Amino acid sequence: MAKWLNPRSALGLALIAAVLVALPFVAALGGQAWVRIVNFAILYVFLALGLNIVVGFAGLLDLGYIAFYAVGAYVYALLASPHFGLHLPFWAILPIGAVLACGFGVALGSPTLKLRGDYLAIVTLGFGEIIRIFLNNLNAPVNITNGAQGVTLIDPIAVGGFKFSAASQIFGLTVSGPQKYYFFLVALALLVIVINLRLQHSRIGRAWQAIREDEIAAKAIGINTRNIKLLAFAMGASFGGIAGGIFSAMQGFVSPESFSLIESVMVLAMVVLGGMGHIPGVILGAVLLTVLPEVLRYGVGPIQQVVFGKVLVDPESLRMLIFGLALVLVMRWKPAGLWPSPERRRELAETRAEKL
Amino acid sequence: MEILLQQLINGLVQGSIYALVALGYTMVYGIMGLINFAHGEVVMIGTLVTISVAGLLLKLGLPVALAGGAGLLAAVAVCMALGWGLERIAYRPLRNAPRLTPLITAIGMSIVLQNVAMLVWGRNYLTFPAIAPKAQFEFAGASFTAVQVMIVLVSALTMAGLLVLIYRTRLGMAMRATSQNPQVASLMGVNVNRVIAAAFVIGSALGAVAGVMVGSYYEIAHYQMGFMLGLKAFTAAVLGGIGNLAGAMAGGVLLGIIEALGAGYIGDLTGGFLGSHYQDIFAFIVLIGVLMFRPSGLFGEKTGDRA
Amino acid sequence: MAEVLLRAAGVGKHFGGVKALRDVSLTIGLGEVYGLIGPNGAGKTTFFNCLTGLYVPDGGAFDFAGRPLKADAPHQAAERGIARTFQNIRLFGNMSAVENVMVGRHVRTGAGVFGAMFRDARTRAEEAAIRRRAAELLHYVGIADRADDLAKNLSYGDQRRLEIARALATEPQLLCLDEPAAGMNATETEELRLLIEGIRRDGTTILLIEHDVKLVMGLCDRVAVLDYGEKICEDVPAVVQKDSRVIEAYLGGSVA
Repeated sequence: MAKWLNPRSALGLALIAAVLVALPFVAALGGQAWVRIVNFAILYVFLALGLNIVVGFAGLLDLGYIAFYAVGAYVYALLASPHFGLHLPFWAILPIGAVLACGFGVALGSPTLKLRGDYLAIVTLGFGEIIRIFLNNLNAPVNITNGAQGVTLIDPIAVGGFKFSAASQIFGLTVSGPQKYYFFLVALALLVIVINLRLQHSRIGRAWQAIREDEIAAKAIGINTRNIKLLAFAMGASFGGIAGGIFSAMQGFVSPESFSLIESVMVLAMVVLGGMGHIPGVILGAVLLTVLPEVLRYGVGPIQQVVFGKVLVDPESLRMLIFGLALVLVMRWKPAGLWPSPERRRELAETRAEKL
Repeated sequence: MEILLQQLINGLVQGSIYALVALGYTMVYGIMGLINFAHGEVVMIGTLVTISVAGLLLKLGLPVALAGGAGLLAAVAVCMALGWGLERIAYRPLRNAPRLTPLITAIGMSIVLQNVAMLVWGRNYLTFPAIAPKAQFEFAGASFTAVQVMIVLVSALTMAGLLVLIYRTRLGMAMRATSQNPQVASLMGVNVNRVIAAAFVIGSALGAVAGVMVGSYYEIAHYQMGFMLGLKAFTAAVLGGIGNLAGAMAGGVLLGIIEALGAGYIGDLTGGFLGSHYQDIFAFIVLIGVLMFRPSGLFGEKTGDRA
Repeated sequence: MAEVLLRAAGVGKHFGGVKALRDVSLTIGLGEVYGLIGPNGAGKTTFFNCLTGLYVPDGGAFDFAGRPLKADAPHQAAERGIARTFQNIRLFGNMSAVENVMVGRHVRTGAGVFGAMFRDARTRAEEAAIRRRAAELLHYVGIADRADDLAKNLSYGDQRRLEIARALATEPQLLCLDEPAAGMNATETEELRLLIEGIRRDGTTILLIEHDVKLVMGLCDRVAVLDYGEKICEDVPAVVQKDSRVIEAYLGGSVA
C-alpha cells in the first residue's frame, strides 16, 4: 500500500480530501438544496459501484437493480417509522436490509444466471417490476407497505442523541442535517470504492474477468461459473440494500414511485456512460447523471427567460429531453464510456481497426 | 364458463396487439442482436399521430372511414420514417461498439421520444377519435365489440402479410440470411445496411398499426403509454424465443391470454389476498418460469456451448 | 501397465443423427503419454469434451483415479485433476499472461469475498503464493519475459505455451492437450516436444490429440485411433503404424 504514496500522489490525495471536506460548505452557499443534490450524487456513486460489481466485473446485465434498493429502503422504512411503531437503530437495520436484499438476489439469481445475457436482462427487469407492483399493492388486505401513499415519518439516522436530521454545533461550526449525511455518505462511498478496488484485484475478481472473457475456458480451469456469478449478483444486491436504507433515512419518506424501471436504467446508464468496470469512470458517471439533470432543472427555465424573454418550453420535459440526447451523444462519440479503463479503450480501438 | 370465454376473448385481443409490437422487437433483435428499447415509443407516436390526423379530418367533416384510414396511413408513414431515422442516426454508428452501448442509446432515444411527444401533444390524456364501428355482439354468453373483432382481424392480416414478405420475397430472404450470419450474407451480395434498415422500417410500420389498434381499443392515449406496452411486448417476444417471428406472434397471444386469465382468477386463486391490480406481474412471472425451464423461450432454438 | 489413472467405459455421444462417439473404451495408466489420433471429424475433440464435462455423454462412464467422474460439471473435472487446452486456443485475451496463469490457480486456492475485502494475512499470503507460482509456471513453459503482455498480443506459439501453463496451474494429474502443435513450424514443434516430455518427467500424465504423426509416434507410450467415432486400434506406436485398419482410415479404403 505504502508503495504508491510518493509525494505527488500524497499531494493529490490531500487535495481530494480537502475538496471533499470543503464541498458541503461550498454547496451550502447555494442553499441546502444543493447539499442534498451532492448527497444524492454520492448515494448514486455508492449504488452505481454496487451495480458495477454485477455489470462491470461479472458482465451480467441487470436491468432490475433498483429492486434491491427498494427492498433496503422498505426494510428501513418499516423498521424505523410509526407505520408499525418500530424504531430500530440504523446500525441494526442497514445490515438486515443488506441481508434481505442479498437473499432476494440469490433467490432471483440462482435459477436465472445460466440464461444468455439479454434474457437475464429482461428477467431482472421483470423482477424489478414485480417488486414495485407488490410495494404498490401490499396495503390490502393486510397493510404492509401502505400502498401508493408510501411510508412517511421515517426515523433519520441517529447515534444516541446525535440526530442526522437537524443542524448542530460542532467545534463552533454549524453543521446542517444534509451536511452530516454528506460526511456519512462520503465515508460509505470511500468504503465501497476500497471494496471495489480490492475485489477487482483478487482471486474472485480475476475469476469474474475470466468468465467475462471466455466462459467455457473459465469452466475448464475449474471455476464454478454459476456460483461466482451468483456471488457478484448477491454482492451487488447487498450494496443496493444498504443504499436503499440510507435513502429512506435521508428522505424520511418512501413510496413505490421512487423505484420505477427508469431508476434502474439510470443507475445502469451511470455505469455504462462512465466506463464499465473502471471505478473512476463509474464515479464520474454517477456524479454527472445526478448533477446534470439538477443543473438543467435550475438552468433551463432562467436561460429561456434571458434569451427569449419568456419560458417557451416546459422546462421539465426539456430537461429530460436534453438528458436523453446526452446519453445518445455520449454513446455515439465515446462508445466505451466517458472514462474507460485503458484496456477497454484499447479493446475497442482494436475491434474498430479489425473491421475496417 | 361465460367468464372464461370472455377472458379468452379479451386476452386474444390484447395478445394480438402484443404480437404486433413483439414482431418489431424480434425482427431487430434477430438481425442485429439489439433490444430496441425505443420501439414502445414508436408505437406511442403512431397512436398520437393518428389522434391528430384523424381528429382533424373528422373535424373537417370527412367520413369516419376516410378519416380513420388517413390516420392509419399517416401513423404508418411517420413511424416508418422514425424507425429509419432511429437506425440511421442512433444505432448504425454503434455497430462495432461494446454490447451495452447501443442499449444505452436505445434507452436515451426512448427518453427523447417520450419528451418530444410530451412537448408536441402535452401531458394530458388524449381521447382517441371514434374511427372504429361501435357495434357489440353476443356469443355464448360472452360479449365482444366490433373494435375487438377488427383488432384481431387486422393483426392477423398484417402478420400474414409479414410472413409472405419474409418467406416469399428477395428482401425477406436477405433478411433471413442476415439474421443467420451477417458477414456471410454480405459476402453473398446482400446489402446488410439495407436489410437492417428494412427491419427497423417494417417493425415500425407494424408498431404503427398496433398503435392505432391500442388507441381504438382503449379510446385514450398518453405520451407514456408506450413504455409498459413495449415492455410487455418484449416479454412476449422473449417468451416465444426472441428472433423467431412465429414465436413472437405466439408469445404475444399467449401473454395476452395469460394476463386476462390471471387478472380474472387471481382473486380466487389466492383466496382474495391478491386482487386484479396484480395483472401486470403475470407477464413477468410467466416469463421467469418459462425461461427457467426453456432458457431459449418456448420456440427458440437451443444454443449450446461449443468448445 | 502401471496403475490406471483414467478408465473410459463405453462412452457414446451423438448430435442429432450423427454418432460422434460410439462405445469408446480406453484406459490410461499413471505417468503415460497417451495419444489419441484419427482423421478429422473422428470424434477426438468430442471425447475431450465428454471427459472434461463440457458435453454430457449419452452413455458410458469415466473413472478417474479410482472414483467415477461426474459427467456434467466442467469445473469439477478440473477440481478432480483433469486440465485441458483447446484446439482453437481459448485464452483470456484481455488479461496479461501472468494473470491467465493466476486464474488457473483458482481451483486450488480459497480466498473469498471477505478475504478480498479485508485482505487478512492469510489472503495476502495466498495471493503472493499465487503470483509466485504463476511466475514459476511462465518460466517453466519458457515465456517468463512475456508475463505482463496481454494474452492476445502473444505470438501463436507463445499462446499455446501460455495455455499449457494455465492448465498446469490447476495442478492436474491428467493434462489433455488438443492439437498443441497445430500451426507450428518444425522448430516450435520440437520445442513443444521437449516441453511435453518435461511435463511427463515431472509426473503428470498426458492425453494428447495430435495430427503431427511424427510428434505422436515420438512422444506417446500408447496410441488409440478413432475413426467415425469408434476406436479401431489401441497399441504402442510401432504396432499402430502398421495396422491395416489405421492405414485405411487415414488413406481411404481404395489406396490401402
